[in-house]
Amino acid sequence: MNALAPLPPAWLREGAAAFLSRYEGLRERLPGDVAVRAAGAAAFRGRGLPGMREEAWHYTSLRALAETRFAEPLTPVADCATLMARLPALDAPRLVFVDGRFRDDLSLVPTLAAVRVGGPGYGTLAQPGREQMVALNTMLAEDGATIEVAEGADAGTLLLVSLGTGGPPDRPVAFHPRHALRLGTGARLVLFEVALGAGGYLHNAVLEVSVGADAALTHLRLQDESSAAFHVSTLYAEIAARGTYDSFALALGARLARMEVHARLAGKGAAAHLNAAQLLGGAQHGDFTTVVTHDAPHCASRQTVKNVLAGRSRGVFQGRIEVARDAQKTDGYQMNQALLLSAEAEIDSKPQLEIYADDVKCSHGATVGELDPEQMFYLRSRGIPAPEARAMLVRAFLAAAFEPITHAAGRAALEAAAAGWWERQAS
Amino acid sequence: MSHAADPLAPVHAVTQTPYKWGFTTDIEMDMAPKGLNPDIIRLISARKNEPEWLLDWRLKAFALWQAMTAPEWAHLHHPPIDYQDLHYYAAPRKQAGPARLEDVDPELLATYEKLGIPLKERAILAGVEPAEGERAPVAVDAVFDSVSVATTFRATLAKAGVIFCPISEAVREHPELVRKYLGSVVPQGDNFYAALNSAVFTDGSFVYVPPGVRCPMELSTYFRINARNTGQFERTLIIADAGSYVSYLEGCTAPQRDENQLHAAVVELIALDDAQIKYSTVQNWYPGDAEGRGGIYNFVTKRGACRGARSKISWTQVETGSAITWKYPSCILAGDESVGEFYSVAVTTNRQQADTGTKMIHIGRNTRSTIVSKGISAGRSDNTYRGLVRIMPKAAGARNHTQCDSLLIGDRCGAHTVPYIESRNPTAKVEHEATTSKIAEDQLFYCRQRGLSEEDAVNLIVNGFCKEVLKELPMEFAVEAQKLLAVSLEGSVG
Repeated sequence: MNALAPLPPAWLREGAAAFLSRYEGLRERLPGDVAVRAAGAAAFRGRGLPGMREEAWHYTSLRALAETRFAEPLTPVADCATLMARLPALDAPRLVFVDGRFRDDLSLVPTLAAVRVGGPGYGTLAQPGREQMVALNTMLAEDGATIEVAEGADAGTLLLVSLGTGGPPDRPVAFHPRHALRLGTGARLVLFEVALGAGGYLHNAVLEVSVGADAALTHLRLQDESSAAFHVSTLYAEIAARGTYDSFALALGARLARMEVHARLAGKGAAAHLNAAQLLGGAQHGDFTTVVTHDAPHCASRQTVKNVLAGRSRGVFQGRIEVARDAQKTDGYQMNQALLLSAEAEIDSKPQLEIYADDVKCSHGATVGELDPEQMFYLRSRGIPAPEARAMLVRAFLAAAFEPITHAAGRAALEAAAAGWWERQAS
Repeated sequence: MSHAADPLAPVHAVTQTPYKWGFTTDIEMDMAPKGLNPDIIRLISARKNEPEWLLDWRLKAFALWQAMTAPEWAHLHHPPIDYQDLHYYAAPRKQAGPARLEDVDPELLATYEKLGIPLKERAILAGVEPAEGERAPVAVDAVFDSVSVATTFRATLAKAGVIFCPISEAVREHPELVRKYLGSVVPQGDNFYAALNSAVFTDGSFVYVPPGVRCPMELSTYFRINARNTGQFERTLIIADAGSYVSYLEGCTAPQRDENQLHAAVVELIALDDAQIKYSTVQNWYPGDAEGRGGIYNFVTKRGACRGARSKISWTQVETGSAITWKYPSCILAGDESVGEFYSVAVTTNRQQADTGTKMIHIGRNTRSTIVSKGISAGRSDNTYRGLVRIMPKAAGARNHTQCDSLLIGDRCGAHTVPYIESRNPTAKVEHEATTSKIAEDQLFYCRQRGLSEEDAVNLIVNGFCKEVLKELPMEFAVEAQKLLAVSLEGSVG
């Protein structure tokens, strides 16, 4: 109040300065809207990288990221066969980005949606002035997809793939893909977003989603980045009247991951589901942060977020539901649960309600605990070995988050990924 | 009262009732000049005949405070406070410290009579008609602006070995206890307002309950801000030695004025092995008028340390007053199997803002905590629950259950819930649930249909909503709190 806010620590300032000098060196060659990029750069210059003093980053430190000096990705010729083999087996068109750049040779461009690639897909929803990592993305984005599904069209399923190749261990790279997706009135799409990789890199993605009136987007997300990678993704979704944004995110990978979702219910009768599961082990840090804004009456939001934490991992969940004055008859529900499987794991959870309308029904619940010894005993007494009993109980714990996924093939792929994670933990 | 036309009429009636405790007492005061600097702190210390160590302690706090900035994370909005524009010491002139009741200025006694706190021994607290038969008396420490004016029942308490006196007196009479415990729960540099309090605190209560003693009566402090342009900075220190029990009540009011007045208190509780402290507050500082003019800024740090095994600290608060409330009574559960409880009802109407909640820090094994918070917002107010439950790695078997419910009355107010849950032990169990809703129309309809007036129906529903908290209050307070709830909400439905 009477003194200036203390300066951010040197490592945070130096990390930001490195990104800024990269921008200064590249700016002439970067594609896309110069004005949008300049505004992003100005915002990033003003605020830098987020520190833990900021409420939105209270539980997640970017220190390791800020202290890493990232290089520019090399020309995207890397052989990606191993990574491609890990893609979920879905019979669908796909857009593949390697180290943030579109790779025509690996992609199958869809016919039912209009797709533009070769430059950042800047939409109108992102807030670089508010989210620093989005400012960084806006400043340095080189590529991305702009996907449009026409009014009334059903574009089926589309895979949006990011592969990180990392380069040599002493030369981590950073890429900032920028995508925009627009569903016209009554349009439908299933978007399966996959992020995989090997080696060290920073994947800092922004996706802007606009769901038109009566349109429906099913958004499935699998984050299984390299264990040496940083993953930051920020999603903005705006849902018009009677539109549905139905999402599920499974986070397994990266040494440090932050998935941030801002969903705004902008038209009467819109609905959003933001379900997620974070499965972490080793020394991983995973952060799932959501803000659901009810800006119109008669909207519903549902959220079930599960965390399974093993090893020395740390899980973070921050979920805010905001209800504006005019958003009467809002129905908001949020449940977040954490299972701690080891003595050194940690969960930090901050469910939050901010409500300005009176005729609403909003609730949230949170629980933290370990596997129920009585349930273990029950299974063991029926002759089920301990590892299997644990696996069953973890699967049961996660079921509530997976259940709402209606897309059968997508759900099977995500369940297989979760089962794979469990096998890796057990071995 | 319009009924069918305007379903919220009774609630409006409730919020528009004038503040009943807003009178001023015209009394000759001994005031320090405005402003805050080391000289003022020396003056306060000298007026209170304090030992050197306490003056040094205050000056250190002042130095810490100068390097700090006011916290801005709370959901509160107010113009910046000019800390140099306040009197940091104000005492009724005729009263140089607590003495026999007969020596107390009759003007002051009349003030407390008017507030319903008769400072006569054998009398009971708070406008409640004496029940038939015996009722346990309550010992009262009355604090008027910066000093304690009277403490009742001291002889009875002394017989049981309980020390209950103004903290300024405890500094002189029991320096070893004060020195050992003062600042041991809330250190001088804990936060901006606690540092300010540590530098300039003037009075407050001191309680020491010796080992194995069950305090024979409820202890109570009644705080009254009277003088203009003063801040009240009281400091309360309660120590329950091994195996003892004490129940402490706190009430507060202030005159109705157009300017804002600052109240920045610090309360420290220490419970040793098997000891129990029950701390109840009915906070009814002047909340300001319907337009948000005036009212108390209430920035309070309350914290209890369950140091001993199986100790227990229980906070119960009914918060209806103050323009701004910033208050998080907390428990540090260090002793194995210690227990922390927090029961709160916070009512905001008109332009009031409350950001209140608790912290439960689980350190010891098998520690348990319960949080029940009920927020009621009406008018154009904002009501925030902000709480932290932290399970440290060694707190095996720890258990927490939190329930936060918010009730919105009218569409111009806000209700917010900001819980922080941090667990670092897998054997701990933490549960949190929160709901927000309005008074259900079917509940209102049901009551109205059975012949209750709309206002009575709202009162009934609100009382039911708060029942879990009100039942934790000592009986005299529970009656007062229920009346206060009704008065605070009068006129909110309309």
